[in-house]
Amino acid sequence: MTSYADYTTGEPVTDTKAPDGPIAECWDRRRFEAKLVNPANRRKHTVIVVGTGLAGGSAGATLAEQGYHVVQFCYQDSPRRAHSIAAQGGINAAKNYRNDGDSVHRLFHDTVKGGDFRARESNVHRLAQVSVEIIDQCVAQGVPFAREYGGLLDTRSFGGVQVSRTFYARGQTGQQLLLGAYQALSRQIAAGNVELHPRTEMLDLIVAGGRARGIVARDLVTGAISTHVADAVVLASGGYGNVFRLSTNAMNSNATAIWRAHRRGAHFANPCFTQIHPTCIPRTGDHQSKLTLMSESLRNDGRIWVPRAQGDRRPPNEIPEDERDYYLERIYPAFGNLVPRDIASRAAKNVCDEGRGVGPGGQGVYLDFADAIRRMGRKAVEARYGNLFDMYQRITDEDPYEVPMRIYPAVHYTMGGLWVDYDLQTTIPGLFAIGEANFSDHGANRLGASALMQGLADGYFVLPATVNDYLARNPHQEAVTAEHPAVQEAVAGTEDRLHLLLAVDGDRTPDSFHRELGELMWELCGMARTDAGLRKALERIPQIREEFWRRIKVPGSGEEFNQSLEKANRVVDYLELAELMCLDALHRTESCGGHFREESQTPDGEAARKDDTFSYAAAWEFTATGEAPVLHREDLAFEYVHPTRRSYA
Amino acid sequence: MAVSGLVMLLYLVVHMIGNLEIYFGAGEFNAYAHWLRTVGEPFMHDEWTLWLVRVVLVAAVVAHAVSAYQLSRRDIRARPTPYVHRRRRASYATRTMRWGGIILGLFVVWHLLDLTTGTVHAGGFQPGHPYQNVVDTFSTWYGDVVYIVAMLALGLHVRHGFWSAAQTLGVGSGARDRALKTVADVLALLLTAGFIAVPVGVMTGVVSWR
Amino acid sequence: MKLTLRVWRQKNARADGAMATYEVDGVSPDMSFLEMLDVLNERLALDGEDPVAFDHDCREGICGACSLVINGDAHGPERTTTCQLHMRSFRDGDTIDVEPWRAAAFPVVKDLVVDRSALDRIIQAGGYVTAPTGSAPEAHATPVPKPVADQAFEHAECIGCGACVAACPNGAAMLFTSAKVNHLNVLPQGAPERETRVLDMVAQMDGEGFGGCTLTGECATACPKGIPLTSITRMNREWLRATRKASDR
Repeated sequence: MTSYADYTTGEPVTDTKAPDGPIAECWDRRRFEAKLVNPANRRKHTVIVVGTGLAGGSAGATLAEQGYHVVQFCYQDSPRRAHSIAAQGGINAAKNYRNDGDSVHRLFHDTVKGGDFRARESNVHRLAQVSVEIIDQCVAQGVPFAREYGGLLDTRSFGGVQVSRTFYARGQTGQQLLLGAYQALSRQIAAGNVELHPRTEMLDLIVAGGRARGIVARDLVTGAISTHVADAVVLASGGYGNVFRLSTNAMNSNATAIWRAHRRGAHFANPCFTQIHPTCIPRTGDHQSKLTLMSESLRNDGRIWVPRAQGDRRPPNEIPEDERDYYLERIYPAFGNLVPRDIASRAAKNVCDEGRGVGPGGQGVYLDFADAIRRMGRKAVEARYGNLFDMYQRITDEDPYEVPMRIYPAVHYTMGGLWVDYDLQTTIPGLFAIGEANFSDHGANRLGASALMQGLADGYFVLPATVNDYLARNPHQEAVTAEHPAVQEAVAGTEDRLHLLLAVDGDRTPDSFHRELGELMWELCGMARTDAGLRKALERIPQIREEFWRRIKVPGSGEEFNQSLEKANRVVDYLELAELMCLDALHRTESCGGHFREESQTPDGEAARKDDTFSYAAAWEFTATGEAPVLHREDLAFEYVHPTRRSYA
Repeated sequence: MAVSGLVMLLYLVVHMIGNLEIYFGAGEFNAYAHWLRTVGEPFMHDEWTLWLVRVVLVAAVVAHAVSAYQLSRRDIRARPTPYVHRRRRASYATRTMRWGGIILGLFVVWHLLDLTTGTVHAGGFQPGHPYQNVVDTFSTWYGDVVYIVAMLALGLHVRHGFWSAAQTLGVGSGARDRALKTVADVLALLLTAGFIAVPVGVMTGVVSWR
Repeated sequence: MKLTLRVWRQKNARADGAMATYEVDGVSPDMSFLEMLDVLNERLALDGEDPVAFDHDCREGICGACSLVINGDAHGPERTTTCQLHMRSFRDGDTIDVEPWRAAAFPVVKDLVVDRSALDRIIQAGGYVTAPTGSAPEAHATPVPKPVADQAFEHAECIGCGACVAACPNGAAMLFTSAKVNHLNVLPQGAPERETRVLDMVAQMDGEGFGGCTLTGECATACPKGIPLTSITRMNREWLRATRKASDR
């Protein structure tokens, strides 16, 4: 057995299935070249969709509208609760309603550049094209976007881009878009075209005859293990930010669906690309269960600072002006407090590491509105940020009008995910991954208001077209029944795993392991990564995993509603995925986007990308638990957007 | 519930105004009572109008009671297991709708037996002499108590009932809500005060044998 | 802080339930109510006891999963979701009663977890606009006056938690249903299905075994998103209008 870090390199990925020719025509050509399934035959095809967020909900509804029989799963009690609901800011679309110079090409350009040149051009261009249709679709569904007095849609500029292309519904854009998809899905459920299994979690993928043919799922209420067979399987199960335990993800968001698919042969791409959002409410103590994001817009008027002296414990209002360090304004005089997310996050970490952090545990920096209040008056600040201030006050019991807010970065989004081709198909034929579950569009860093766009682009428009093609080309698949060896093997493996979790009867809870892993990952594979740190993590993770299987304690049985068992089973997968994340981070000895390697920085401390060596997506192939995976490189060609270095000084 | 309630409410307003005639002496009050039997003549025969009103009222009472019964059954079935920790928060008027309704129902029966048929009337019931009958009733302590309690219940019932009927019929809106609530309060207060004025008049001697 | 919790424990839908008492020590005022339950559950799990089951997910007040009745109030004493309720709303030594949403239409799954699929079925009955993917006209084809859009938004804010049902003395789901009816019925996009939507959704609501509305207003008081009571009035108006139109046909 080789050490995990001694990965081998396999065949590079050469065919992404993107059609040749000018990029602006790719999607039209792909759609035209797609084979179609006769409408009368569609109901004979079953498609499984796992997840009911923006991507899954929209995909399930659209596939059902097309006539397919959709079997859909969510672990929540209702499809309406998927975590897309928590997205605040907005959704980008190249409508150019403002006539401010926006276009499909500009959105494409901004997204590739924002992703620090680690995304596939063809996919991103399609995303920009489709973005326009998403807004039309959502408006038709009754999504109550913000409007101007003339009755037309309002937009705002977001995430530092120079055009105003972000559509929004107050601070609840994700909620409103999700409800639109949920309602479309509900209509199909009522029509009998979608068979919904709420409170049911996918625990394994069934691969038969080299194709994805179904899933093994557990009914979270009764504990019953069931198998579901289909002609194609779509994973829309979201990202894996909860590997870090504390993140802005929902408590139950998890990586099990994508990790189990990875174990079955789907390559996992760029797992180390995680986005850390700079403006979250800091943790207050060990009891903290999750972190809450506050809109980035706060940085437009708030000034970020920490005390100059280490360990200065005075209340903020007693620290005189000349003893404060407005470090972003000092280091980045041109952009000041508005530097991009990754830079703001890292700078906060640096000052806290220097012992100048504020608040409990020294894990926080001040975001001060005193100047803004003096300049604009309290009323204006209230009009702009009132709801955010209220939210902050409810959580922290501090009045941000009187005392500076405290913020700290938190894990927010994972750009990595299952590797997919232009058709959003993984390396397992018949298995598709959409939304945050795949790696496709954001490269090494995601722009604000682009996650919602990608989820809906994939679900409403891209996937329904490509699944159609897949089914048309593979019409007569062999019958897979409960007796099929692949099904039996998958069920037995799942049952064994659950039995083992219950049988260990050790002395540590699932959460204690999750906490240990999360702290390790945050420390060593978080905002800044080093060779030594990642090697240390790769040494520790197998030890934690070994200890997990020796000391885990799960009360109750598997034949009932058992939240401890659910959690323990998710931690099993985090303990494997974390290892791959660290390996990916270790092998990528450049800094790019959300991935900052301390060894790779410019003399003034900025991220240094190495385009000559690392202009590829790293698609990892699973071998065995704890054993070195195989790296497949997908080289990225930039024909339309030429790589440039970011500079904010 | 809303429609039958409003029908009864309309009747009550008329009834209350008519009752106040008692302050203008036996002659006028008795004439008013007599007029009730002859309204609509010569188009309507003697007492036809009165009976028409009675039929409508009975229908309203029955409809109101049946709906209330059905609604209550449905509500009780909708929460088979009560909360262990009970918390009272809705306004008094809201909480008393069900019991208030039952009290009012019983009161109407007593009221009819007392002053319409005279079956349980205190003293000698004299058909055609309502002034005297009213004074008889309110000369007893229990007549006063029963009547006043019932009228207080009526006020509470009307206060929530009127506003609630407006909502059921979809009349309320954000802007109109305050106005509706005020109307409900005023109606409840006027009705209660107007009706209670009669026993108070008798008790204080303003209304008496003269 | 040290607290005494009295929690409804019920093994599954068929079993009988009862309140069980637990002492929880070392509670920080900065904890959310659910984090306080996490502390209790970690201890129970280590003692080999069954942890208290409760629904929760986003823990930032938007998914609508959390659903506890605390001292008789849906979502507890503050006007927010349970996950955004913090322990500073309580005092050291308090005894706190924690119960599930109680309604015939919300059968208990386990402990504090209930089955709210009835609400999903109400949406399935008509809480949508029929706009299949690909059929949408250009978004600016139909301007929507800002006040109308704002009104739609106000109703669309409902998170489907079911606190309105839990708080209603009659176990009615009028506020939930009316929020969706109004969200879609005020918009021009919702107009073609305006009548069928309200009739079908109300019929489904009635069929699910929710209680009737007596306008006690408890629902709007408990609603963490501030859906107003007039939402119900508006739905009644829509329903009467639709009934009248249906009889005209």
